[in-house]
Formats: sequence, structure tokens, C-alpha cells
Amino acid sequence: MEMLALVRNNRVIDVLRMTGMMALAFIAVGLLLLSFGKNPIEAYGEIFKGSLGSTYGLSEVVVKMIPLMLCAVATAIPARMGLLNVGAEGQLHIGAMWATWGALTLGEWPKEILLPTLVLLGFLGGAVFAFIPAFFRVKAGVNETICTLLLNYVAILIVEHMVHGSWKDPMSFNWPFTREFSDAARLAFYGNTRIHTGLWFALGAIVLFYLALKRTRWGYELRIIGDNAEAARRAGIPINRYIILTLCIGGGLAGLAGMAEVCAIQGRLRPGISTGFGYTGFLVSWLALHNPLKIILMAFLLGVLSLGGDMIQISLELPYAIVNILMALIFFIVLGRLAAGRKEY
Amino acid sequence: MIGIIESILTGAVRSGTPILYGTLGEILTERAGIVNLGVEGSMVTGACVAFITTAETQDPVLGVIMGALAGGLASLIHAFMVVTLRANQIASGLALMFLCLGVTSFIGRPYVGVRITGIQTLTIPGLSDIPFLGRIMFEHDVLVYLAYLSAPLMWWFLFRTRWGLYIRAVGENKLVAFAMGVRVQVLQYSVIGIGGVFSGLGGAHLSLAYTQSWVEAMTAGRGFVAVALTIFATWHPLRGVLGAVFLAQPLLSASRFRPRGSMCPPTIFICCHMC
Repeated sequence: MEMLALVRNNRVIDVLRMTGMMALAFIAVGLLLLSFGKNPIEAYGEIFKGSLGSTYGLSEVVVKMIPLMLCAVATAIPARMGLLNVGAEGQLHIGAMWATWGALTLGEWPKEILLPTLVLLGFLGGAVFAFIPAFFRVKAGVNETICTLLLNYVAILIVEHMVHGSWKDPMSFNWPFTREFSDAARLAFYGNTRIHTGLWFALGAIVLFYLALKRTRWGYELRIIGDNAEAARRAGIPINRYIILTLCIGGGLAGLAGMAEVCAIQGRLRPGISTGFGYTGFLVSWLALHNPLKIILMAFLLGVLSLGGDMIQISLELPYAIVNILMALIFFIVLGRLAAGRKEY
Repeated sequence: MIGIIESILTGAVRSGTPILYGTLGEILTERAGIVNLGVEGSMVTGACVAFITTAETQDPVLGVIMGALAGGLASLIHAFMVVTLRANQIASGLALMFLCLGVTSFIGRPYVGVRITGIQTLTIPGLSDIPFLGRIMFEHDVLVYLAYLSAPLMWWFLFRTRWGLYIRAVGENKLVAFAMGVRVQVLQYSVIGIGGVFSGLGGAHLSLAYTQSWVEAMTAGRGFVAVALTIFATWHPLRGVLGAVFLAQPLLSASRFRPRGSMCPPTIFICCHMC
């Protein structure tokens, strides 16, 4: 009993310490705002009032959470075996692009067939794009972090090439976006909000990831590789197969986020479909320590911050960068906290 | 024809300079066993601070100094994270990048579109009269010359001095280095700091000489190209020079063919070469 109480106490202290350190991040950014003659209390008030103060704000937070959760799982699955996938942003773009191809060329298909096809295309697009770094990692030991990161630039440029080129809507007065998708290719919205059926992809991915991790041999072996790759190799676990599998599934989920963005929110492909969802999703995954259920919580937190960032741009004319600084500081704090608990290198 | 090749190579030397600075800094850091993915962050900080200083004081020399110092300071955050707290090196580097991109985009916002007199081209008399090579190598600004002098200096420092030996020893085996009497943590801190100074210099060259302007996130992945180049150069400063010029070439031609600086060709190039 005593032991148990001790553990519980430690956990309480842990949570308190964590909250205190996150408050530090807020204070640091507040000081930065003050030194530039801005009122931090007003800014924070606006961030939380705008996102949590109304049903509209809350629904928009959920809209942000959908791609964040998918990109977070895309980071978390490979991260469980020690791989860093920073390429969710690019995989999201390619997924969106493949789904767009489907929506533009198969637009006359009935909705019941078309939508599953688009989901599949979005997933495949992201998975194929994630296969590139996975392949190089397996065949040549190329560092997957740098490779996925640099491929983000490639993906965004490919998308820009398509929307500036052959996919450009002839009626767009030369704006770079595609034709609007037919109704059959659109995901449904709930009520008056912009929350769309993509929410179920995200929640489904999280639940499946959780179950796979806890209840299957696949998840067990994944965790072994993450804990000790050398032991896993000697135990005969096919590490290379897992590298390709986890990166491709992760990429596919990020691609699904891209498909949901173009088929629900935007209704067409355009540059800037993602406001850094891939990178923010990466942070979500790390803040949640790659734990599937915590991902929902952290996606909510960062969803609030990122929506608040949009709000203060409009109402207080403060740059979105403030929210980025805040997120980065929180990231640093989590990393430091994580490492402080470790004994050895 | 010769004229075209000449101008292409001249551009390659110029646009390769920020990447070369980043690479040299990263080679030094990685030789001491620290991977710093925050090069991108240090570089963008250097570019921003150098530009702001120059815009306020009209003094590009002060700008370069401040930019280099800012790059070094930024990378010390990474040093604190990975040396003192022993955090994950890759994740900490990425966090540094996010932080620096955010901070510079905030403090640099009033300076977007501001015009400055940056670093002027300094033609070296005599040497620039060499046919072909003269124009390619000796009609640049001071930071370019400094970069190409730094590479052999770095080689000499790493492979011919006691301190270089210590750094490599720490990178190979920290415990042995510690037993040898090297103060491992102090050394790693200084090496990360100096690496950041190099990245800051690269950023300063970018904003004060190459574009002579400031836009947020203007490094556009050059820091990561530098990290990739470090691997490509197999952690050797002199091979880094070669790589910087070769890699910068597709980067430059890409920015000529496309209105926005494209990172596509160098990425493919890196992927091919890492195999």
C-alpha cells in the first residue's frame, strides 16, 4: 500500500511539475509579447475565448484536430520503433493530390463507390510517398529524419506544379486551384459545423493503433524494436519489414488527412491546404509521448492553440508565429522532462 | 558557352556559401558526437539578426558579427538540452528549428521589404585576372572567401591539433575521452556553440549578401541540406566544399527556372548520393 501511495504521489507531483513548466512557456512568450509592446493577457484571453468560448469555436477546434490526430498517429507509429517521420506534411500533400486525381477523373461515379475509392487513393498516395524514405532507409541506411523532412519540400512543390499546371481550373481567372469537386466526392458535414466524417478516420486510426499496440503480436514486436533494436534483431524480428510497414502506414494516415482536407474543407486542391498540420501533428505525437489515447488530448490542446493563433491574427493583428513559439517551447519542456527521467543515455 | 559555364559556376560558389557554413559547423559538432538538426534554426536566426542589425545601424560588419553570435546562442539551447539534460538529439534539434522559425518570424516582421546596403563584392586584384577561374572564385564578397578559408582551417584544426584530437575522441568514445582527461561536457558545449556561429554566418551571408532582404523562413531548408551534406562529405571539411558547390548548383538553377526557390533537385541529388 505504501508503495502504491508513493507512486500515486509521485504522479501527482509529476503532473503539477509538468503544468508548472508549461506555464513557464506561456510566461516566456508573454514576456516576449510585453517587450514588443503587446498585451499578453489580452492575447491569451483572445486565444482561449476564441476557441473555447463558443460552440462555433469548439467545433472549429475539432475540425483542426482531425488532421492533427491523423498526422500525430503518422508520427507515432514509426516513433514507437524509434523512427522519426517528420514527413507527415509532405505525405498529407501527396495524399490530397491522389485523392484530387480521383475526384477530378472519376467524378461521375456514384457516391457509394467514389468516396471509398478516394479514401483508398488518399491512403495510397501518402503510403507511396512514405515508401521512398523507408526504401532508402532499408536499402542504404539513409537517415529517415532528414529524408522525410526534405521530401516535404518536394511534395509541396509537386502539388504546386499540378495546380499551376494541368489541373488548374479554366474558370479560376488564373488562380492556382483545381475545379471544385462534384458533390459525390465530398465528405459530409455534421449540422451547421465544419466537422466532417473524416473525424471517424482519425478516431478509428487512434483506436486501431491502440489495440494493435496493446493486443497484437505486431504491436508487441514493434515495442521490442523500439526498446532494443539489437535484441529484436537477434530474436529474429524482421526489422526491415517493420520499417517499411510502419512508415508506409503512417504515411497513408497522413495522406488520409490530406484527402479529408480536400474532400471536406476545401472541396478542391490548392496550395496551402495544410497550415503546417504535419509539423503540428509531429509535436502532438511527441507531447503525447506517442501514446494513442494521449494523442487525442494533446491534439485538443494544440488545436486550441492553433485556432487561437488564427483568431489573434484577425482580432489583435498579432502574427501566428506567437503560437509557433509557444508550441516549440512546450516541446522543449516535454523533451527536457522526458530526458530528466532517464538514467542512462 | 564558356561564358554560361562561368556564370553558372560563379553562382554555384555564391549560393553554396550559406550551405558550406552550415556544413562546416555541423561537421565540427558531429565530430564531437552531437547531431544538431537545429542548423536550420541557427541559420535563420543568424540571417534575421544580421539583417535587423544592418538595417538599424547601416553597418554590415556589425550585422555579420551579431548574426554569428545569435546563431551560436540559439544553438546553445540545443547544447543545454542534449548535453546537460541528455534529451533526444534529433527531437531537440527539430524543436530548436521550430522555435527559431517562430521567433524570427515574430521579431523580423517589421523588416520584411526593408532595403539595406549589404555586403559588397570585393574583387581580389591579381587573382581575379586568372582566366576562367578568376571570375568564378575571386569576384565575391568577404564571407565567401572566409567560408573557403574556413574549410582547410577546419581540416587542420580537426586533424592536426590537440583540440581536434580531443573533439574526435569525444565523438568516438566519450568515456575514453573522459578517462584521458578531456572535460567532455565543456567541450561539447563549445563545439555546439561554434557550430551555431558557423550556421549564423551562413545565415548572415544569405540575408546580407545573397538576397539582401529578409523574409520569414528564408533559409527554406538549407540547414537540412547542410546536415545531409555533412553525411555526404563523410564528416570531412574539404569534401564538404566540393559537395556544397555541387549541391548548390541544382539549387541555383532551380531558383532560376522557378520563381520560388525550389528544393526539389538537391533533395533528389542527396538521396542518390547517400545510397
